[in-house]
Order: sequence, then C-alpha cells, then structure tokens
Amino acid sequence: MIVRKKICRIEFGLFSSKMIRKLSAAKIYTPNTYDEDGYPIEGGLMDPRLGVIDPGIRCKTCGGRLGECQGHFGHIELVRPVIHVGYAREIYLLLRATCRKCGRLLLSEEELKKYNPENMTKSQFNDIWERAIRVTDSEGSCPYCGEKQIKIKFVRPYSYYEGDDNLLVTDIKERFEKITDDDLKFIGIKVRPEWMILSCIPVLPITARPSITLESSDRSEDDLTHKLVDILRINQRLEENINSGAPQLIIEDLWDLLQYHVATYFDNGITGIPPARHRSGRPLKTIAQRLKGKEGRFRKNLSGKRVNFSARTVIGPDPNISINEVGVPEVIALELTVPEEVNERNIEDLRKCILNGPKKHPGAVNVITSIGRRRILEENKEEIAKNLQYGDIVERHIQDGDIAIFNRQPSLHRISMMCHYVRVLPHNTLRLNTAVCAPYNADFDGDEMNIHIPQSEEAMAEAEILMKVQECIISPRHGKPIIGGRHDHVTGVYLLTKKGVEFTRSEALKLTQGIIKLPKGKDKFTGKEIFQELLPRDFSIEYKGKLCKKCEKCLKERCEIEAYVKIKNGKLLSGIIDAEGMSGKLLEKLFVKYGSDVAREFIDNSTKLAIRVVMKFGFTISADDWKLSEKARKRIDELIEKAKLDVDKLIQEYKSGRLKIIPGKSLEESLEDYAIMDLGNARNLAGKAAEEDVGFNSAVIMAKTGARGSLLNLTQMSAVVGQQAVRGKRIKRGYYGRTLPHFKKGDVSAEANGFVTNSFSTGLTPTEYFFHSMGGRESLVDTAIRTARSGYMQRRLINALQDLKINDDGTVRGDSNVVVQFKYGEDGIDPMKKCYLEIE
Amino acid sequence: MNLDELPKSIRERLNEMKGSERKRFIENYKKALVVPGEAVGTVAAQSIGEPGTQMTLRTFHYAGVAELSVPLGLPRLIEIIDAKKTPTNSIMTIFLNEKHKKDKEYAEKLASRLQERLLSDVCDMRIDVQNRELIIETRDKDAKKILKKLTGSEENKEKFIIKKESLSELKKMKNKLEKKKIRGIKGIKRVFVRKNNDEYVIYTEGSNLKSVLNLEGVDKFRTTTNDIFQIYETLGIEAARNAIIEEAKKVLDEQGLDVDIRHIMLVADQMTVTGEVQAVGRTGISGAKESVLARAAFEETEKHILNAAIYGEVDNLDGVAENIIIGQPIPLGTGTVELAIKEFPFNLERRKSRKKK
Repeated sequence: MIVRKKICRIEFGLFSSKMIRKLSAAKIYTPNTYDEDGYPIEGGLMDPRLGVIDPGIRCKTCGGRLGECQGHFGHIELVRPVIHVGYAREIYLLLRATCRKCGRLLLSEEELKKYNPENMTKSQFNDIWERAIRVTDSEGSCPYCGEKQIKIKFVRPYSYYEGDDNLLVTDIKERFEKITDDDLKFIGIKVRPEWMILSCIPVLPITARPSITLESSDRSEDDLTHKLVDILRINQRLEENINSGAPQLIIEDLWDLLQYHVATYFDNGITGIPPARHRSGRPLKTIAQRLKGKEGRFRKNLSGKRVNFSARTVIGPDPNISINEVGVPEVIALELTVPEEVNERNIEDLRKCILNGPKKHPGAVNVITSIGRRRILEENKEEIAKNLQYGDIVERHIQDGDIAIFNRQPSLHRISMMCHYVRVLPHNTLRLNTAVCAPYNADFDGDEMNIHIPQSEEAMAEAEILMKVQECIISPRHGKPIIGGRHDHVTGVYLLTKKGVEFTRSEALKLTQGIIKLPKGKDKFTGKEIFQELLPRDFSIEYKGKLCKKCEKCLKERCEIEAYVKIKNGKLLSGIIDAEGMSGKLLEKLFVKYGSDVAREFIDNSTKLAIRVVMKFGFTISADDWKLSEKARKRIDELIEKAKLDVDKLIQEYKSGRLKIIPGKSLEESLEDYAIMDLGNARNLAGKAAEEDVGFNSAVIMAKTGARGSLLNLTQMSAVVGQQAVRGKRIKRGYYGRTLPHFKKGDVSAEANGFVTNSFSTGLTPTEYFFHSMGGRESLVDTAIRTARSGYMQRRLINALQDLKINDDGTVRGDSNVVVQFKYGEDGIDPMKKCYLEIE
Repeated sequence: MNLDELPKSIRERLNEMKGSERKRFIENYKKALVVPGEAVGTVAAQSIGEPGTQMTLRTFHYAGVAELSVPLGLPRLIEIIDAKKTPTNSIMTIFLNEKHKKDKEYAEKLASRLQERLLSDVCDMRIDVQNRELIIETRDKDAKKILKKLTGSEENKEKFIIKKESLSELKKMKNKLEKKKIRGIKGIKRVFVRKNNDEYVIYTEGSNLKSVLNLEGVDKFRTTTNDIFQIYETLGIEAARNAIIEEAKKVLDEQGLDVDIRHIMLVADQMTVTGEVQAVGRTGISGAKESVLARAAFEETEKHILNAAIYGEVDNLDGVAENIIIGQPIPLGTGTVELAIKEFPFNLERRKSRKKK
C-alpha cells in the first residue's frame, strides 16, 4: 500500500490561557448569535471568523469555502477563573502535596535526592504523592518554609475547603503558580498546574457545532453552542456585577454559576450536580458525551467507520453456484464499481462498458484520465469511449469474477468475512452456496448480509489470497473443516452410498451430468462407484463415520451398518459417507493432501450430486415416522409409570424420614436430586424403547448420519417430553406450596413439578403445556442475556489481545514489544494448519 | 533445520519415526508453522469469544461428585478471564500420597480435620436479657478450651456464663465468639471422601491451597483447587498460567466446544506476562496499555484523555486500535512489512511513448 503521509506520534498536553488566546481567531464576548436580519454577529458564537458551515460563503479568517476551511477556534475571557472539572481530583491532590505558603512539594531535599526525576517508575511517583500528601493530611509543616499545613477538604464536584474556609479558585491558582517546575518532575506532571484552572476557554469552531436549519426555516443550534451561550451570559452578568461593586455574596453566587456552566460544558454527566438541560428537558450532549461510550466519537466514528462500495440485502440459497461465489443482484451490480486501468488487453471490453453507460449492466460510471475524473452520461459516453487511452482508469460496474468481501453480522470470528467472486444474477437477493452457511452462521429466514468491493489491485489480491472461501474451509478455532456439505447433502450421499444402490448407465448419467465424468464402458453403477468419481485417483483414507456405534471390537470393512469407510486409490471400498465425510475427516484429508482447489471442487460437486440424489429418491419425514406400535407404547407407559412409582416411593421415604441424605444437602434437596435422576433415567429408557420400535426410517437416518435432528428430538416427539426445568431444578415456583392450583399443597410428585409424561405427538395436558412453556421461556431469556454477556467478554478479549502478533523471530509480542510467548503455542504450530501434522 | 531446535512435543513424535516418514513429517511441520505477522491474538480472542454465544448460562455442574456443584459455562469462563480473586464456588481436589492413597481410614481422618469449625457450629449461644448474661453451652472439648482462654470464665456443667454491663457489649462478644475458629482449615466449608479408581480422594467445598499442601499425607503434586488466585499466591505465576489454561479448557470441554489449546494458552500468557495475574479488561490488560488512544477507545474515554494531557503522554501509534483511529494501515499481517518505495508516477505520457515503440 502506498502511504503518502504518516502520523508518527501524537503528543497530549494542556493549553495555557496564553496559548488559547494565541490560537484564537476571534474573541467571543456577546451571548447574542444573530442580529435581526439573521446575520451572525461579530463577537458572537457564530462569528464568521470561526469558519463556514453555509455553502457559498468564504471564511473570514482563511478565505476557504465550505469543505476547504476546517474552522478556527475562538476564545472566551472568563471574568473569574474556574476549575476544569476533569482535573478536580488532580487539583485536590496537588493542593495537598504542596505547601500552602511557598508552593514547594512537601518533601525535603534529602528525601527527593533518593529519586532521579528523569527516570521514575509509576510506583515511585505514587510513593512521592502519598508521602507529600500525608504531610498536609497530618497537618505537618513544610520542610522548606516551616509553614504549618492545614487539612484540605474536597467537596465533589469542585469545591475545596481549607479547614473551614472556602478556597477560592483565584487562591488555588496563585498557589499553583508558585509550584516549581523541578518539583513537578517528581510527581510526573508535565504541564503547569495553573493551566488546570481556566481563565480563558477555547470556543470550538462552528464546523464542530454546526447549526441545523429545520424545515420551518428555523435555526436549531448545536448543544455546545447553547452551552457556550449560557457561559457567555453568566460571564457578562458577573462582569457587570463586579464592575458595579455588588456585594461579595452575589458575586460568589454568580461565580459558582459560571463554574457550573463551564463544568457542564466539558462534561454533562458529573455526579452531584444536575445535568444542564435543553429547553425541552433533554440533557445536553456536551464534550465528554460526544466522545464517550458506544455511540461516542471513539467507538462510533474512529474505531469503526462507514464505508463506500458496499451493499446489503436479504440473502438466499443457491446450490448451483460455487462456494467461492456470491450471487449479486443486478440492481446492486449497477451501483457498485471497480476501477480498472486501461491496457491493450481490456480496452475493447472497457469501451463496451462505457458505451453501455451507467444504467445498463456491464457498464461504467466514471473515467479518470490525466485531466481528471469524468462522469459517464448518455450524452458523452460515445465521445469518452472514443478517446479512451491506455493508462486511463475506468470505474466500471462489477462483473462476474470480480472480488467481493462478503460478511454477516455479528462478525464474531474472522470467517464471518470471506472473499467471494462476484456472480451477477437476476432477482433481488444476494445468493450464497448453502455449504458456506456455517461460518457465517446464516440461514434464509430473512437474514441480511453485506458485500464490500475492494478498490485497489493490492486489496483485491490480498482478499483473494488470504480470505477466499476455499482458504477458509479449515476453521482457525479448532483446525477442522467448518465449510462442507450438511443437512440434505449428508442425507443425499447417505442414500447414494448405502448398500444395494444401483443405477443403469443412463440413470447414472442423469445424476452426474455436468458434475463429474463417468468411466467409459460400464453399464451398471453402484452408488459408491458414482461417489468415488468425486475423489482424486490416488486418494486413500480409512475412518469411522458418524454412524459408528462404537462397538467393542470393530469389524472394519465388514461392519454391519457400514460405518467403517475405506477408500483406497480413489475407490470407495466400503462404508457409507455421512457428515464425517462431507464436512469432516474425508474433506480434511482432501484439503491437506491436494490443497484448497481440490477441496473446494469436492464440496461443490458432492453437494450438487447429493441434492440430485435426494431429488431422485425423494426423502420425507412424516408423523408416521414416530408412530409407535401398541407394544412399544405400552412398554414406555410402563417405564414412566415405574419412574413415577419410584418417585412416590422416594416421597414415602422422605415423609417417614428414611430417605438417605446426600451428605451436605438437606432432606428436600436430596429428594429432588433422586427424583431428577429417576425421571431422567426413565426418559432415556423410554427413548431407547422408542428408537428400537421405529426402526430405521427417514427421521432416524437424519439423526444418525448427522444430517439434522437428534434422537432426543425423536424421543420427545414419540415417547415422552420429560422433565421441565427452571433454574436447573424441577419446577417449584408458582403458588404458595404448589406450582399450580390443580395440585394439592405440598405435592412433590412428578406431575406436579414439571414432568411431562406425554409426547409431542400424543399432546400435552394443560398443566404440562404450562410447565413446558415455563422451561421454554427461561431458555429464551437465557439466550438474550447470554448474547449480551458473551459479546462484552469477546470485546474485552479482543481489546486485550489484538496487538499480539508473530514476529519474524517466531516470538509472540504485544503491546510495547513485550514477549508474551517465545514460541507460539509452545510448538509454533498454527491451529489452522495443525491438520498437516495430524493426517497420516 | 536443526533438529535440536524443534519443540519437545515434535521431537518426541519424530523419534518414533524413521527414514522417509521422518522426512515427510519435518516437511509437514514446516508447512504447519505460523507465519510471521499472523494476528494470533485476535484469532485467539475470537476463537474463545465466538463459542461463548453457544454456551449455556447458569449451569452448575458436578465436578465428579454429586455433592459439589461448580459454576461452569459462560459465567465461569468470564470469572476466569476477569481474574476474580474468589470464585463463586471454589472446590479443592485433594489427592493423597503413595503411602496413604488406599487408606480409607486415613483419608476420612484427614478429611474430618480439614473442615473449618466455628464456635457457632458446636455451641449453643444465647443472651439472657434479664440477667445480662451470655450463656454458652457446649460439649466440644476444643470449644471448651478456647472459651476458657477467651472469656476467662469457668465451665459449669458444660455451660459458660459471661456477664457484661450492657447488652450491646454482650452482643458484640457473641458475634466475636461465633466467628472464632476452633479447628480445621480456614475457608473449607464441606469435605467429602470419594473412591476414585481405587484411590481415595478428598473433595472440599471452599479452598485453601496453602494450608492443605502443608498437611501430611497430601500429594503435593496432584492436589489442586479451582481458585486461580490461590494457586498464584502459593505456587507462583507459572502455576497460575497453567491453572488458567486448565480451568478454561475444562469449561469449554464440558460444553462440548472444540477450541484449540493454543488459543487458550495465548490468553493465559497475556494475562500473566507481567508476573501478576491481570484481568482481561479495563482493570487489567486493556487499562495498562501504553497507547492513550487504545485505552480511550476501549473504556473510560475521558479519564484516559484527561490524564494523558497532564502527564504529557505520547502515543507512538504502534498498536492496532490507534492506527485504525487515525486511518493508517495496521501493523499486522500484510501491514507488518515496512518497505519504502518511490511511488510509481501516474504518467500517461511515458506509457503512450512506450506503446508507440
């Protein structure tokens, strides 16, 4: 990247009153802003010397127009000095650390000799502060002039008392002026302390507080302008009163009011004083409010910035585009452009774009020549096209193959932003391959996503090499594939590769047309033979699939349920491909051995093939899938009945006091624990019984291959929903002594405490339904809280770790070049690439 | 590549191989190395933060023993990262040394000695308002001894009677006595002995690593606690770092979330680089950053800017946050490379002439 200017460092400091005056373009003295004709008054807050906010007017200070002139500071002379609220605490510390008479730091020469003011640590500074302050707090005397110090009291937000006397700001200023520069070095303060007391305040340029003209042509001033008007008004009144010799009391009151206004000008959220309000009652947004918090300047505009060349709309699935591509609607393609330099190879294409103009798709919007930028219009497009020269830059519409960065919020990890190739498509949604939903965590229930178009060759190259989807197949979180076939893709390959699937050549060709080539001279194909065509010729792997029951002795290739996958030299010898193949070990090995291109091709082709297979065979689930036989129903009822009886027995034992107490728990808690255990067991057993009964239907296929759903879902639908819990316990809350008025007081039985005996297909009773809703609501609330909590945790983590990077010497270094690890992760291995070592 | 320079874990794996396999492994190792400039910090933070959304809230789970529940899930992870001094539910796992580990009696005897007993646990205290007396009844020998020492009063049929002028004094006395420890180890509230793979292990609720390690018969190598701060205080910063890794890994594993250990290691190392356990957040790492802008952009904006001014701080702009703020390339990844070249001028004339040739 070409960096034309570089900011090397930023120094922070305070302005002295002198400096403020020097920087000022205008002294502001009147609280009035406009005269009767609506023109800004000189010396008022909208003084034309402070900059321009209206088009067509030139700045009186620099002569610049709107946009050229950044604005100029003015200043207000305060009649009496006031404290800068931000430094109220520091002023308090300084008052205590220095002598009230001679202004020296309250530490003797000998004591200070122990420190080297040029090279001090934080703890040394703290040490000096503490010791100096102790002198005043204990009412000791100054080691230099011998003056006895008096305790100083600080009343928030900005009043100080020495003993019982109010310390006037003027007095504080006088004291601070006496502090020597040498002493300040020992306490680390690098500015003159009297600068913390304001006798002159800068007025922000009007560009920083522009007034808005409303529809009714009324002017509405910025909050800061309002605040400055308040300051000026009080300042004027205070001056008048002083000049007319008003009593001290009145002057002090006004002085305090001036202090209030200046304080709220800096920060309108100080505890202890009421916030300054707008006429409507809304608290004013003053300087501190502009900067801080999520909506403040830092987080809203500096750490995060709005960008051009981006678009956002609803997303939709498209299984026919590659995972590397993103379908961009034509309307968006008409808006987004890329700059392309004209050369021998592209001049004709670019000419065509220019001739298409800005409103027809592969068109162009601007041309940048050595003269400057020209907009392409219907009227001038022919002329521009004719005069197009090598070296000109054409800003043309995005076309197929351009680079785009695709993103879905919340961007929790780096694979929430990946690089895709543009594919301009009809209709109005952004399209993505369903295999890339996982890293974005996207679905199509109305999700929206953003695309960004990089504008320089360098940015495009970087995005393409580092962020392309195929480079992100392996997640950096755990080093395993995160992109790959799922859901229907898994079902599809399962149906294809299971035993006994055979196709005639014409059927097989129909399935594979446009995806893979079938070997010549064969008339019959098994599903496995078709699948293996997706793999490279010399590919071999053996693994246990998701279907595996984890038998004690693995039969390997002779596995009854075909869970053991064996591929040798590109031939699928045994096993059914399931989720472990589509987005697991198989894919991982392909990626490691043959690189990202082959892995991408596998995902693209296998998913397409899988979908065709599902479409050919058809795949449905229905209520019948979890319909149980009479026998199974009876068995499950018995199991539940038994569990209930067990609980009743426990209750009997509990009542008679024979229940065995779990050490450390009360009798009730023990009963609860036992009950939860018994009922949980009952559900597991019922689930098993149901599973055995339903056999191997579509719903079970999905659960077992890892396509979708789990056996628990099936259990809940067919056998029993089970115990509902709130706060990790059975449901206990509700009425006095019972959960619902349908039960007797003190009923501890299963049904009365949230055990749902029915299944979803038999239907829940009203009380069961209510308990189920309670559990449901809890988990809903839980999710809401969790997202907020984990979001903040992640923000903190990122902030703490973002500066860490690998250095050229392999060390991990962070803030101020501190070595955090000598070798990353103790072995220097990238988690994303650890599969290179783990495969084989 | 010098084989001696390879990390231990890699060397161990190499030693089991031979010939061509060895060569291939070294090749693969080179491929698997992290590249200079990689933003490992951000990736680690994301890798731990992202699964946070999938974790359950408010899980109290059992740590091997049904009687003890430890917070797990997101709250526990936040606790670890916050470097909280006292975890909500601290537990200890005390292993016994070779000599005693199969001795059930010894384990139980030791366990009974661990539990903290206060006077209020073994005494019956009440205040007789009429007679201005504090009456303490107890059968416990230790309690009697301590009471004698503390109050100076004599036992009378397992009863101590303390007289005081005012009621408030009596109350104060009672409160003080109630909290007096008579035996056991401070902080240990409950104790259980469990048989774990033919050895007896003591689990405790509440934790006091320092005192427990000093007991006889305790295996000092395996005994542990989930209180990271106690580990730091007794065993030092390296132990604390390992404890952070272990605890965080435990939380993630329990939730079934797969996160590479290297990410957790990096967080733990960053939390412990200074030699003290620093929290992740404004009170710790983020608050101690050198850059003013980075601190101001995180939290407590005004405080950092105001202080920067009077302490004359200088921001050298070499972090990520600062460079984003001022709109410059960040010093990570491809931005790490600092190379100055003369900008290629936008010169149409020259290109045209080249074309003509």
